[in-house]
Amino acid sequence: MKTDPKGVLTGEHYLDGDHACAEGALAAGCRFFAGYPITPSTEVAERFCSRIPLVGGIFIQMEDELGSMAAVVGASWSGKKSMTVTSGPGFSLMMENIGLAAMMETPCVVVNVQRGGPSTGLPTMVGQADMMQARWGSHGDYEIIALSPASPQESFDYTIFAFNFAEKYRVPVMVMMDECVGHMTEKVVIPPAGKIDVAYRTMTTLSPDKYLPYVPEKNLVPDMMPVGEGYNIHSTGLTHDERGYPVMSPDAQDKIVNRLVDKINKNADDIIMIEEEDTEDADIIVMAYGITSRVTMPAIFEARKKGLKVGFIKLITVWPFPEKRIKQLAKTAKAFVMPEINLGQVVLELERIVAGKTKVYHVPHAGGWVHDPADIYKAIEEAANGNKK
Amino acid sequence: MQFWRKPLDADKIKVPHGEIHIVRDRCKGCGFCVEYCPKDVLVLSEEFNTKGYHPPEAVKADDCVHCQLCEMLCPEFAIFVTLKDEESVEA
Amino acid sequence: MATKNNNVPEHPMERLLRMDRIPHIWCPTCGIGTAVSCFISAIDKFKHPHEKIAVVSGIGCTGRVAGYIKLDSFHTTHGRAIPFATGLKLANPDLKVVVFSGDGDLISIGGNHFIHAARRNTDITVVCVNNFIYAMTGGQCAPTTPLTANSSTTPYGNHERPFNLPLLASSCGAVYVARWTSLHIRRLTNSMHEALNKPGFSFVEVVAPCSTLYARRNRLGTGLDLLKFYHDSSEICHGADPTELDIAFQDKIKVGKFIDRERPTFIDAWNDNMKKKFGDKFDPYGEKKAKKAA
Repeated sequence: MKTDPKGVLTGEHYLDGDHACAEGALAAGCRFFAGYPITPSTEVAERFCSRIPLVGGIFIQMEDELGSMAAVVGASWSGKKSMTVTSGPGFSLMMENIGLAAMMETPCVVVNVQRGGPSTGLPTMVGQADMMQARWGSHGDYEIIALSPASPQESFDYTIFAFNFAEKYRVPVMVMMDECVGHMTEKVVIPPAGKIDVAYRTMTTLSPDKYLPYVPEKNLVPDMMPVGEGYNIHSTGLTHDERGYPVMSPDAQDKIVNRLVDKINKNADDIIMIEEEDTEDADIIVMAYGITSRVTMPAIFEARKKGLKVGFIKLITVWPFPEKRIKQLAKTAKAFVMPEINLGQVVLELERIVAGKTKVYHVPHAGGWVHDPADIYKAIEEAANGNKK
Repeated sequence: MQFWRKPLDADKIKVPHGEIHIVRDRCKGCGFCVEYCPKDVLVLSEEFNTKGYHPPEAVKADDCVHCQLCEMLCPEFAIFVTLKDEESVEA
Repeated sequence: MATKNNNVPEHPMERLLRMDRIPHIWCPTCGIGTAVSCFISAIDKFKHPHEKIAVVSGIGCTGRVAGYIKLDSFHTTHGRAIPFATGLKLANPDLKVVVFSGDGDLISIGGNHFIHAARRNTDITVVCVNNFIYAMTGGQCAPTTPLTANSSTTPYGNHERPFNLPLLASSCGAVYVARWTSLHIRRLTNSMHEALNKPGFSFVEVVAPCSTLYARRNRLGTGLDLLKFYHDSSEICHGADPTELDIAFQDKIKVGKFIDRERPTFIDAWNDNMKKKFGDKFDPYGEKKAKKAA
């Protein structure tokens, strides 16, 4: 499906990651934004609210992030592509209704421009420590999709991907940006509207008397019908059956929770996007995402200059994690090196998957600034020498 | 106990009659309908329904004036009144 | 549910109830069912296509209302019915969105959303069933529990001053504010109907009995005894000063329609403002569809 050209600002622009994200949302067809100001994400809301009146949509600055996320879920049920944007402290507040979105299977996009934490932490400085929270921050078992851009251009592109995944899988999708990308200004090329592919939720073709809102299709995702069409939809955050009615039983729980998880995991091949470079014959594979994937490059160049066979994987999709591909590479690579701006989050998943078959070297950073490439280089060197830290 | 006078046109006014329908098994025996029926048409029956409550029964069904107070007050959607057509006989 | 006697016609409420979910979960003599009956009667009178009405509830006993009403309906998270409804309404302005929830849900955990929705004049109708207590969780003190009343978290009597809900709503900018008890069925139905017809943030408080927890803990008898108490103690004071509508324990309950005024709704204000700024370049939000429909 091609996008509505009204929101597409075709051309070459000089934008920061936050502004590019707002343009990505408009290009993807997002016409509802509810948010609450928080550094370093506010520019996304500012851009969106200045652009939306003439694009044809609506913006509301809510009283807090709890309300923002609830409004986004509501708006999505009215049939509009909806989003909100925040940073760590607001992300924590949004967890409640991210869980509701997961349970009600509501397409929506949540952008987190990550800063240092915990709590108020470092409002104006970079972090990547919300990655586990993005995955499982709300209570209960569920799976979401998380993407991580490393440049303003990717911020634009991945925001569109995020909407497409949200619509296709009826799931909240997190765009896990970081302060560096959000505030970094670079060239962003916005293609013509005819070149932007967008997805929209599959609408049921059944009549109101035949339609049940939670009967999954082959891909495990149920067809949707927004309110206002005479379908008398009911949806609840309680464990529910195919009618959407609450059912308090272990059987109903088993059925719904497994499907919420399976609809992401069993479609992982469609969702996972990674960039690989020289991984096939690499001895050492460096894995990174977001801004860290760029900081890593000088270290990799340096190591290659020294004659080391270093491959590189950049995660575009962080969740679900590229389990299958890592298992293959774990057979040939001698070690993985993973820098991230936290004390060890996504690396835990990497360690779980390689399961001791090969060594994993984590390069932690508590946040506030990006890694010194020299630290990453040191880890590559250690990995090459086979020293476990 | 009546404090008001009899309206002068009382003879001309046709008092409607209602037919009371009780969904016995939906009743939880709160007694709202019995208490507030202005014509004292209802009492709680001696019998139990399937849930173990005493549903109301219309002991003075002919006195019902179709005010629908019972229908609106009932928290269980268990009692309602239809307007009785005086002219025709219901099947 | 089929009735035993095949000659019995359908209960008039059944058209707007999800009958596959009836009987409901509410206790005997609970007032929520009555409030639902009044609401359904108001919807019947309300000239708005039923497919364009949505009901949103939060969590709690009254939070279950959305699950029983056969319209598009949502049972959301605790306290978030109003922001969820805000999203529904703003994303599809053709809808009439009703929030039907309890005092704890709307005024305690959802209090911030309540005051801001009233301030913005978001075009939604809020029905708040006030039973003075957290009933679903077992009778804890609520922000509406009268002073000295007993609850499971105020076993020695409530020492916190409760909210006066009509005052809260009106001071934040609500355009329609009324309070009735669940005994005032006709007036409550009329108020709900007026509230539905009122563009902007309309608020109807329904004082309703909770026999299992509030009445039992305070030795007030059954829900029926509470209805008798409402009968004897309510005073109709249309247009009363909202500052004088506090409810003291087992004291007079002032009911009536207190506020009915005009203010531009959120979407009206958005459109007016953008029209001024952008002139003909701006397509008023939500108006195109209305034209098509007309």
